[in-house]
Amino acid sequence: MDLLEFARGPALQVASLIFVAGLIWRLVHLFLIPKKIDISEARFSGERSGGLRTIFSRFLHHKEFRARTANSTMLAYTMHIGLAIVIFGSAPHIMFIESFTGLSWPALPSVAIHIAAALTFAALLVSIGRRMRHPVLKLLSNFDDYFTWLVTTAPVLTGLLAVAHVGARYETLLAIHILSFNVFLIWFPFGKLMHSFLAVGSRYTTGLTFTRRGAKV
Amino acid sequence: MTQAIEQYPLDESEQRLTVKEPETRHDTQGDMDVDERLRRAMANLAKNINRTTATYMEACVHCGQCAEACHYYVQTGDPKYTPIWKLEIFKQLYKRENSPFGFFYRLFGLKRKISVEQLGEWQELLYDSCTMCGRCSLVCPMGIDIATLVGQARHGMFKAGLIPDELHAVAQRAREQGSPLGATAEVFEDRADWMADEHDTEVYVDEEEADILVSMSSIEIMKYPNAIGATAKILNALGEKWTFRTEGYEATNFGMMAGNVEWQKHATLKLIEAAVNCGAKLVVLPECGHAYGALRWQGAAMYGKPLPFKVQHISEFLADVISSGRLKVRKVDQTVTFHDPCQVARRGGATEAPRIVMEALGLDLKEMTPHGDFNWCCGGGGGVVTIHRADKLRYKVFGLKMDQIEATGADTVLSTCSNCRQSYNDAKEHFNWDKKMESLLELVAENLVED
Repeated sequence: MDLLEFARGPALQVASLIFVAGLIWRLVHLFLIPKKIDISEARFSGERSGGLRTIFSRFLHHKEFRARTANSTMLAYTMHIGLAIVIFGSAPHIMFIESFTGLSWPALPSVAIHIAAALTFAALLVSIGRRMRHPVLKLLSNFDDYFTWLVTTAPVLTGLLAVAHVGARYETLLAIHILSFNVFLIWFPFGKLMHSFLAVGSRYTTGLTFTRRGAKV
Repeated sequence: MTQAIEQYPLDESEQRLTVKEPETRHDTQGDMDVDERLRRAMANLAKNINRTTATYMEACVHCGQCAEACHYYVQTGDPKYTPIWKLEIFKQLYKRENSPFGFFYRLFGLKRKISVEQLGEWQELLYDSCTMCGRCSLVCPMGIDIATLVGQARHGMFKAGLIPDELHAVAQRAREQGSPLGATAEVFEDRADWMADEHDTEVYVDEEEADILVSMSSIEIMKYPNAIGATAKILNALGEKWTFRTEGYEATNFGMMAGNVEWQKHATLKLIEAAVNCGAKLVVLPECGHAYGALRWQGAAMYGKPLPFKVQHISEFLADVISSGRLKVRKVDQTVTFHDPCQVARRGGATEAPRIVMEALGLDLKEMTPHGDFNWCCGGGGGVVTIHRADKLRYKVFGLKMDQIEATGADTVLSTCSNCRQSYNDAKEHFNWDKKMESLLELVAENLVED
């Protein structure tokens, strides 16, 4: 078994298993914690729809905050949209996903993927620089922040290197790329990458609470 | 050099020549050893963890955007005032003791145990520099309600005897004497009689039956008693069957702000009992921000079942009776700006009510930027105005309000919170500022059109 077979085979299987098990455990654990029921008289009854609305409305800041948060918002959007384009838009990734799920969709042109990957990588570099220098981010940051950055950046960088055939044989670069993705999968349930699921619950809860009060969400 | 000289070097940057303020200074209550203090803090912090709290703790991505919504950070630039950082201790405890991977954190020592020293350091962050105004909760991309978490973290701090002495003292006074500012039932009755004479109106106290139970804040009773007369005049003009009750006349809830749930419950149950005793269908809360949150949104939880009456802030009541045409007011030729109390507007949802009242009064309202749900806090909420060592920071933060108000060009600031009014008046004196802070309730009472 060569490195590529190992990365695509047992390594990916183990990583996927840890990813799924960790994800389930982290979410189940949350649901096992008792919920506090609000029995105050609601001002508005559409609390559930308010909760659902908030899941989407928090994708954008209220205009009162936009000026002060413009830099971090722009950076976050570049990073997240770029990652989404690269993961779900590139032909090799779609083929990879199809091999597991049977699902497939048309790929974006290679040039679009290359631009998105380069922008994502640049945004990741700026974001780590910002995290290390901005007094607030520096204070808040811990191992999770830096390690999450590392496991997110590694697949982007190794993917770019594999496409550009730089540094080693293509098969070796591809194997390293897949291995770095496996590390990403393994870390996902343990660190802040889980915000992709947890943000839904957090936004919904706040949306629900403040909608029933008739307050701004 | 002795330890004291090393610890307190001279500060020559201030007008007043003094020694530098120590970086950390915190108060303690109760006679307990360090272990007991820590045990109590941990037990009570853990007790506050429910599914919502856990979801919030898990969801934070350390983006730091909450700092940009916080008046303390915006005015000082000090990162320690980042709202979510104020909860770092709480988060650390959750991750280590209660999170899904807490076992690993403990096994590999990835999250250290909280120490009493850390809790002491955090006292300033949880009390002196957070009014629980909730502006940060509106900006958080993850939707974390940071203000609620600060309130819960205070529960652990209180049980460990680690809250500012002044706040503890007023909260204890409220529990033992019925009022944080000495407005006992006797004092209240005296003031009610005085205001009845002053306003030439009937002030009903301890009526056996009433449709409306009215309450006051301790600040109003002791500092702005015209609120009693103004409320009475309005309710009498409406022909309402109303009363104050001496078993529950004070809506202030310092137990809630200090972080003592038992004291919070005690204060809330007194109001509920008073309303039940006279068969009130409606409890009208005074011009007080946190009193609104304490009964309107947390009252039922304290009672253990839904409240058997409606609850309205006085501004909501006024908006309703004016909108329905039951209460008529004269037009007032005055330019004003309006300060939205955080707990009534942003956290309470009653943002439009005072604007309906001001429109009826024909006021030339110059809104602040930002205003309404996004208004900057006065800096005195959450018990901060009671904490003397926080004065310097509070005045610095108030600079934001001064800039906002100056920009409107209005000379008069109206509000519907006596605590905000008190904070404004204190800062006005400190800065020798020429703006006036007035009550919307009193303005309505002064301009009633009576048949």
